[in-house]
Amino acid sequence: MTGPLIDIRDISVGFTGKSGATLPVLRNIDLKVNAGESIGIVGESGSGKSTLALAAMGYLKRGLRLMEGSVAFQGQDMFARTRTELEQIRGGELALIPQNSGQSLTPTLRIGAQLVEALRLHADVPEAQYSAKAIELLGQVRLPDPAAIMTRFPHELSGGQQQRAAIAMALAGEPTALLLDEPTTGLDVTTQAHILELLRDIARDRGMAMVYVSHDLGAIARVCDRVVVMYAGEVVLEGSTRQVLKTPIHPYARGLLASIPRLSDPRLPVALDGRPPAPGGAGQGCSFVDRCALAQDGCRTSRPDLERLPSGEAVRCFHYQEAHQLSLTGSGAIPASLDGASPSALHLDDLAISYRRPGLFDKVLGRDSAGVPTVNGIEITVAKGETLGLVGESGSGKSTILKAIAGLLPPSGGKITVAGGQALAPEVEHRSPDHLRKIQLIFQNPDDSLNPRQTIAQILEQPLKLYFGLTGDALHQRSADILDRVRLGAHYLDRLPSQLSGGEKQRVAIARAFAAEPDLVLCDEVTSALDVSVQAAVLDLLNDLKATQGTTYVFVSHDLAVVRALSDRVAVLYQGRLCELGPSADVYAMPSHPYTEVLLGAVLEPDPDTAPTLSADDVVELSPPAQGCPFQRRCPRKIGRICDTDTPPWQHGTQGHAIKCHHSIADLATAQAEGAAGQRA
Amino acid sequence: MTVTSAPPQNTRLMRTLSVLRDVVSRPSGAIGLFLVVFHVVLALVSPWIVPYDYKAMNSAMMLTGPEATHWLGTDHLGRDVFTRVLLGGREALLVTGIATPIAVTWGGFVGILFGLIGGRIDEVLMRVVDAFLSLPWILKMLVLIVTFGTGVEVLIPTLAFFYGIPVIRIARAATHDVVARDFVSAARARGHSRMTIIRHELLPNVLDTLMVEGAMRWSWMLLAFSSLSFLGFGVSPPTPDWGLMIADARGFMSFAPWGVLGPVIALSSLIIGINLTADALAKALGIDRAQKAPV
Repeated sequence: MTGPLIDIRDISVGFTGKSGATLPVLRNIDLKVNAGESIGIVGESGSGKSTLALAAMGYLKRGLRLMEGSVAFQGQDMFARTRTELEQIRGGELALIPQNSGQSLTPTLRIGAQLVEALRLHADVPEAQYSAKAIELLGQVRLPDPAAIMTRFPHELSGGQQQRAAIAMALAGEPTALLLDEPTTGLDVTTQAHILELLRDIARDRGMAMVYVSHDLGAIARVCDRVVVMYAGEVVLEGSTRQVLKTPIHPYARGLLASIPRLSDPRLPVALDGRPPAPGGAGQGCSFVDRCALAQDGCRTSRPDLERLPSGEAVRCFHYQEAHQLSLTGSGAIPASLDGASPSALHLDDLAISYRRPGLFDKVLGRDSAGVPTVNGIEITVAKGETLGLVGESGSGKSTILKAIAGLLPPSGGKITVAGGQALAPEVEHRSPDHLRKIQLIFQNPDDSLNPRQTIAQILEQPLKLYFGLTGDALHQRSADILDRVRLGAHYLDRLPSQLSGGEKQRVAIARAFAAEPDLVLCDEVTSALDVSVQAAVLDLLNDLKATQGTTYVFVSHDLAVVRALSDRVAVLYQGRLCELGPSADVYAMPSHPYTEVLLGAVLEPDPDTAPTLSADDVVELSPPAQGCPFQRRCPRKIGRICDTDTPPWQHGTQGHAIKCHHSIADLATAQAEGAAGQRA
Repeated sequence: MTVTSAPPQNTRLMRTLSVLRDVVSRPSGAIGLFLVVFHVVLALVSPWIVPYDYKAMNSAMMLTGPEATHWLGTDHLGRDVFTRVLLGGREALLVTGIATPIAVTWGGFVGILFGLIGGRIDEVLMRVVDAFLSLPWILKMLVLIVTFGTGVEVLIPTLAFFYGIPVIRIARAATHDVVARDFVSAARARGHSRMTIIRHELLPNVLDTLMVEGAMRWSWMLLAFSSLSFLGFGVSPPTPDWGLMIADARGFMSFAPWGVLGPVIALSSLIIGINLTADALAKALGIDRAQKAPV
């Protein structure tokens, strides 16, 4: 076969809107994927990237229809094929790996049975060898003990293991092309890095083509040869990974890259203002014109074509030659920070939290059933006006600690003290109104934290009525003022949350928290549900509010770069235990604790020249060990028995930098330097 | 940040209107709503439009078939069936029309409260509710009616009480879905009282389910009321009532079927109308019809 493996020609896909007009989701897209090539499709939510990937399989979601163009796989039109033919190809030569494999695996069937079914339908293997072949596939995706995994149900596997099992199923049909729809979104940093390495190796070994859909430029940088950038249903830029990530010539791609927080950069990322047009909302001109710094009058009246350049790039912009003027890295604000010794705003004293409650039997037998607490021995002081970042993977207890501070989850041990040395009542019902007002919590997902049946005005009035007893005009005026402070106009007051974009909703949630005029704001993954360009704007807003209000933040995130951008100090958690605590600059420059080293090593940068360091297994542990160091089972620098039996002591470095490890900070620095030297040699 | 968005609007009214438009645009909603409105209007105006006095007996014309002067014939006492069918829904609609809102209100409130409290208290109380629901409804109701007598002043509280119990289940289940969401945690963390949380956070989100459930309860209650009349525990003669008319006429069904058919068609069309409306409403509100509680 000579032509491209997947040949998408000038397709447009749309749906019929409520007004009866046809609204396009994809507009005139050309995409060719050659055998063995790996292509990344990036874009923000709603850009049409998943629709494009699924269209490559000849599949459109309900309500969508192909308006023009054609999709060919191995030279044959996918939309012209019969259902039986498509069933043969899908899952066979053209396999899909969806975002959340936990949901795409059948919950009632064992992994082995599901794999055998995939083999029966798509593989050219005699029936007697199904089991052997299935075990071989599970081994290829680097699952430990494949024979045991065969007998497990999906819920008995961790998220990373489920994703590996899904990859094994996709490989069963010996595919020549693999479609991946955000395959690592929602996985922990270390797991994500491991899965990406696996995909890279498999694609190279088998000469498989990959179409990798993601919003994460770091992941794309790791696995793709070419990148297609989508915006509002159009391809705006196409080129090699190096061209697109290092010297992008489209203003949108530059803006997107500048809005990503980097580990190496202490400054805040630059927000990309505005939002993409809704389907059918793009006017006559360029769809990016409203957010573009290079926009001129001509951009509003005519739509640029996708221009193919001799360099191999393709760009949809009239002014691409000027794009290099736009900054590519974070030149945003320097994080606001208060210097000097400030009084404590919050002190956690030996905090322990246990989810298990003693059962009836335990009570009768009088035994202590709390077992090993989920969170234990948390001892942190947050100074007034400081931002403390809490980082860790899922299950590290970071959100649990926030809930305990907010009074939603009473701790099983320890004390929480606020400014002035007053201890907080463990339960929110017993706290004084003053304490309640001073501590406010912002949640991860504004879709869940804003009542969908209340207007923005009603949402903001809740704290204003409760804490300040405002009514009438004063109430209305204050609500409008607060909206103004989060850069939303008073005309938002009458709307419902569903009429706002994700970023606007999160601003309302922030406004509600600040309406109480709090001293301490707890931020629980507040940017995780947002697109990167919106995330940068929210970070910028939080930074501004901190500078003007002198608020203290406890900022929880799994994204180490986001924490880096906002925090003065950072605390690293593993399995509900503190591993490392120190000024952000020091911790990020010199991660000392072996876990911090593993965690930071696995972070993916949107740069094809950097590679993650994978120094420990990505095994997910479900419960912390009863004694010794919490990281004992995965630690690449384990000493020996002492790690299993003795709780590691605090080892102090300079400027309040401390780790909980049996190694000293100096020893670890030497070991890391030796390791780096060893890799170079 | 520059902001471009749709102009402000009166959101609550807009939503009500759009739901109503959606209901009417569905065939089931249009037919159902027409039937319900038709019956309610008829019940209001029927005393002034009926052709005969519903009490007027005529021994010369007993069990005559449909004809020009008596469209649905006459019953065994020579009374005009058409007149009595037109008037026969008034009592039923009055009683159930008062009892349904009471049932939904108290059942809804208790259900939301159980859902909010949660934990062991909720579990224990719900088992009590289950035990109550496992008894046949007619048995429970007859006990009360036999004790306190028939009359409207007994029927309304009795029906409101018994038909509120299944509402507890539905309201509690709907509340459980809402309680787990972050905006309720946010309200708790702010320190709002339980009543404020119920009124501002939970009720607006459970209201859709309660409305659909209320419509379903109404149709069940109509059936129950007619059954009680049929058994002789509802409306007392000579007041016309569909249930009672069916009971009176069933002895002559083999040679005078019009006496049964009239009230049956009237009662069925009203109940079908309510059910169709409830279905369309559930679809328009985006909630599936709640699981029917055993009654």
